[in-house]
Amino acid sequence: MARIVNFDLRYPLMEAGLESPVDEEGVHDSFNQLIAEQSQNGGLDALELQELQRELDEEGRDNVAYLSSPGHDYGRRQERWEAEREDDGRQTDSLAGERWSSATLKILSSMPSRTIGRSRGAIISQYYNRTMQLRRRRQSRPSIRDFSRSARPSIRGYGMEGDTTDSEGAELRKREHLVNNLQNLSVSDRVRMLRGMPLSVAEKSELRMQAMQKEQRRHSGRQIPCCSRLKYYIIIAVRQSWYSWLSFIHSLQLWQVALKRVSGRFGTGVLSYFLFLKTLLFFNLFLFLVTGAFLVLPQAVHPPLFSQGRPSFSGLELLTGAGYFSDSVMYYGYYSNYTLRKSCRVDTGGQNMSISNGTGMDCPSKRHSYNMPMAYFFTIGVSFFITGIILVYSMSKSFGQSFRIDKSHSILAMKVFCSWDFKVLKKSSVKLMSENICTQLKELLAEVNHKHVKNTVCQKLWRLTVHGIAWTICIASTTGCVIGIYYFSEHMHQNLRLFSRNTHQNPLLKEASMLALPVVVSVINLLLPGLFNAAAWMEDYDSPSVRTYVAIGRNLMLKVSVLGVLCYHWLGRVAADPASINLTCWEDFVGQELYRFLIMDFIFTLLDTLFGEFLWRLFSEKGLKRRRRPVFDIARNVLDLIYGQTLAWLGVLFTPLLPAVQILKLLLLFYIKKGSVMMNCQAPRKPYRVSQMTTIFITLLCIPSFIGASVCVTYTMWSITPSSSCGPFRQLKTMFQAGKRWVEELEKDNPSLSMLARAHAYLVENPFFLFVGAGIFLIVIYFHSQVVDGQRKIISLLQEQIENEGEDKKFLITRLQSIHEQKRTPTRRLTSQDSTC
Amino acid sequence: FFIISCHCTDNVAMSLQDCTYFTRKEILRLFYRYRDLAPQLVPLDYTNHPDVKLPYELIGSMPELKDNPFRQRIAEVFSDDGEGNMTLDDFLDMFSVLSEMAPRDLKAYYAFKIYDFNNDDFICKSDLEKTLNKLTRNELTEDEVRMVCEKVIDEADLDNDGRLSLEDFQHMIVRAPEFLRYSSGNLLFTI
Repeated sequence: MARIVNFDLRYPLMEAGLESPVDEEGVHDSFNQLIAEQSQNGGLDALELQELQRELDEEGRDNVAYLSSPGHDYGRRQERWEAEREDDGRQTDSLAGERWSSATLKILSSMPSRTIGRSRGAIISQYYNRTMQLRRRRQSRPSIRDFSRSARPSIRGYGMEGDTTDSEGAELRKREHLVNNLQNLSVSDRVRMLRGMPLSVAEKSELRMQAMQKEQRRHSGRQIPCCSRLKYYIIIAVRQSWYSWLSFIHSLQLWQVALKRVSGRFGTGVLSYFLFLKTLLFFNLFLFLVTGAFLVLPQAVHPPLFSQGRPSFSGLELLTGAGYFSDSVMYYGYYSNYTLRKSCRVDTGGQNMSISNGTGMDCPSKRHSYNMPMAYFFTIGVSFFITGIILVYSMSKSFGQSFRIDKSHSILAMKVFCSWDFKVLKKSSVKLMSENICTQLKELLAEVNHKHVKNTVCQKLWRLTVHGIAWTICIASTTGCVIGIYYFSEHMHQNLRLFSRNTHQNPLLKEASMLALPVVVSVINLLLPGLFNAAAWMEDYDSPSVRTYVAIGRNLMLKVSVLGVLCYHWLGRVAADPASINLTCWEDFVGQELYRFLIMDFIFTLLDTLFGEFLWRLFSEKGLKRRRRPVFDIARNVLDLIYGQTLAWLGVLFTPLLPAVQILKLLLLFYIKKGSVMMNCQAPRKPYRVSQMTTIFITLLCIPSFIGASVCVTYTMWSITPSSSCGPFRQLKTMFQAGKRWVEELEKDNPSLSMLARAHAYLVENPFFLFVGAGIFLIVIYFHSQVVDGQRKIISLLQEQIENEGEDKKFLITRLQSIHEQKRTPTRRLTSQDSTC
Repeated sequence: FFIISCHCTDNVAMSLQDCTYFTRKEILRLFYRYRDLAPQLVPLDYTNHPDVKLPYELIGSMPELKDNPFRQRIAEVFSDDGEGNMTLDDFLDMFSVLSEMAPRDLKAYYAFKIYDFNNDDFICKSDLEKTLNKLTRNELTEDEVRMVCEKVIDEADLDNDGRLSLEDFQHMIVRAPEFLRYSSGNLLFTI
């Protein structure tokens, strides 16, 4: 063990570094070969030599000039070239004797690319450069250029100084400079730099101590005045509290241990499902906080006066959401359409009081008013807007992380170096993973070796037919299900109409019958993916990623069309003609429906976990006596989550407390799924590209799910007439008019604000500006994609350039070799002449 | 907890906080982990920087490393003596680099060290062979290993010197989106 990783004074690097050309020979024998090959067809003219000299000269200012032996002092003037050449040649000869390439090797070894990764000087200088950047960004501190050149801890200087005897002195100096740098940084920068240094903790803390001591010495030398001492105390206190705050925040992170356990057993793939669940939880938490603070709380504090008593709690409500819950803060219908006041609730108790009456004359405290319709309108709008922005932001970030690469290069290298998941701890999973990597490597090798295995026409035709059949099955079954849901919902609608005519029926029965539609939809959602899986099994895709994409596509098709039909059912049938089923408040009805769907989705997910994972495991272990356990289907489970989230977003407008239900659901789901996964499943056998999948899931959450939900909500607000006898927007033509009324009123009260009203009329009510906004958004996206495209092109150009520079380097080495060759031959000739004389 | 936080004086704790990606609490918990490996060897009082080293056998038997094919290399790279025997500082250093907070560059540097079995600061063919055999548990034939090695060097070697330098390695890592996720170890019981 000649060398160790750590930075330690007792082991001067040079021991193994570039002491003598003899050592170099071993290290660089590849170059020796190269040079030997190239020098055979050597022979250059003077012009080329001079060019080379010029290049060397330029390098030399930084580089070669530090060469320790005086003979390597390459000339700075072209004119002195000849004399220098002789001098140099003699020196080389005397130094290395027959080793004609030693000078070349020396220069080679001092090249930046050779030294990086070899000496800790390189590391230090790398970080020094980074400090420089930091400092340049903050112009307030003294410029780096103030330092003398030799004071810079550069690798080149380092390497060459190491050649001389005082390598330890150089080491010390290096250290000194590093300490200096650290000390000149601000506290947070210093910490960042210290943490990022690839040195051992002992080294780091020593450096830190030195930096601190120096600083203290400097300060104590200056006799710190009282106030600045106070300042330092304050800084230290703030820093302490910042640390404790950070550790507090860190300890708040949800489910840390559970997530570690899951990832330790199943790796990053399954972990991504749980992380996605956590993300959704945060989205819902945000939505819940906003609606809770601005809608539910004010309304709960000022309950409207209701004449009718509430129905008693029967238990069925938990499933149907109707009955006991129906006239509560949970649903849209409960919210009042007037301005809430602190002290004059009694005065404004009338339910159907319009806003203009609501701002009654006998209300003294005008300042504490709370305009409920406006609050409702803006809370929903703003929360959707912020959610959208967060989604788009995380989507773009995720895109940047996973698709910045050109996929075609160095797949194998990445497989070898980057495929080991250090998170996995369980023995069986470790074994599985190495098997996985092994098969993948074999597949890749086979792919590289004969890239295109020609299929015969017959095989191709057969494949096409199989794919066609599979897709037909999937599309047909989806269409069938969607049509079924359409007619079933119509049937249920008719049923409701009948129910509403003869009122003497059991209300509980009526409530229970409402559950039929959600149950049917959930059953379809549960069973059809199985059918899709069967179809995919029949198709037998070569690449697992294509298989996953196809599965996602089919599931998505099903869910989108089901939700489309349901939205039509709610907004087209129920909302258009609420009187036909004797509804006073269709928003409540739709809200309850969404609640039911959410609950049913949850129940069926539980059933799926029970039957699909737990019982299947028992069956296959006890019945079939197989060791294999079911595999956790990440894609399907994530799509289920996205489906549930879409329901929640759709329902926020009608059921402001739906996010709370969703939060409960997700919390329960996390523990159940975690338990089930740990108990029943085994690590996935398929390779799983986590970054790309995460990106796809976030995109799916944004594009069909969130955009669809917000389109529905916007449509409802914009063009559907709200119920006339309930909710905050009663007696308005559309929900959107609430904003208009408020602006009009504002204008009436304060004529000076007429500008605002006009702006509102032009900007918000005019669809033209909506189109302009959307257009600008699209243009920005377009530009962004163009920029990314351009960057990709630049990357490929730069790669080409790197390759070319490699060629240049080879060329330069050859030339360098030839120079020495030429330099030696005249001296030899001289010596031989001497001997003959 | 209280006793240790008293022993682990402010200065030491601050210094460790500044040098690793851990908070004070986590450092203490890691100290517990370290001490639990050999309670008779490790003192509770760390104010005077006692010179204590845990042998590799103890470090390698931790659940975090036990089944990792690279455990010995990891311990060697992070240990001060290069043989896998770790002081508390080395121990913290290892977990700091393997934690999720460590930046890509730092991880890449140490990953390079781990894969550089013969410590010559280049990943050459013999290093690659060892890596592959550890990764696949010797499941590949010699021919396959040789071919994979050639291809890998062919793909990742930018300056055509037949082996991978740290720069080559970093350049490749940048294009592997999974690297940052995968290279974070799992500190199962600490955090």
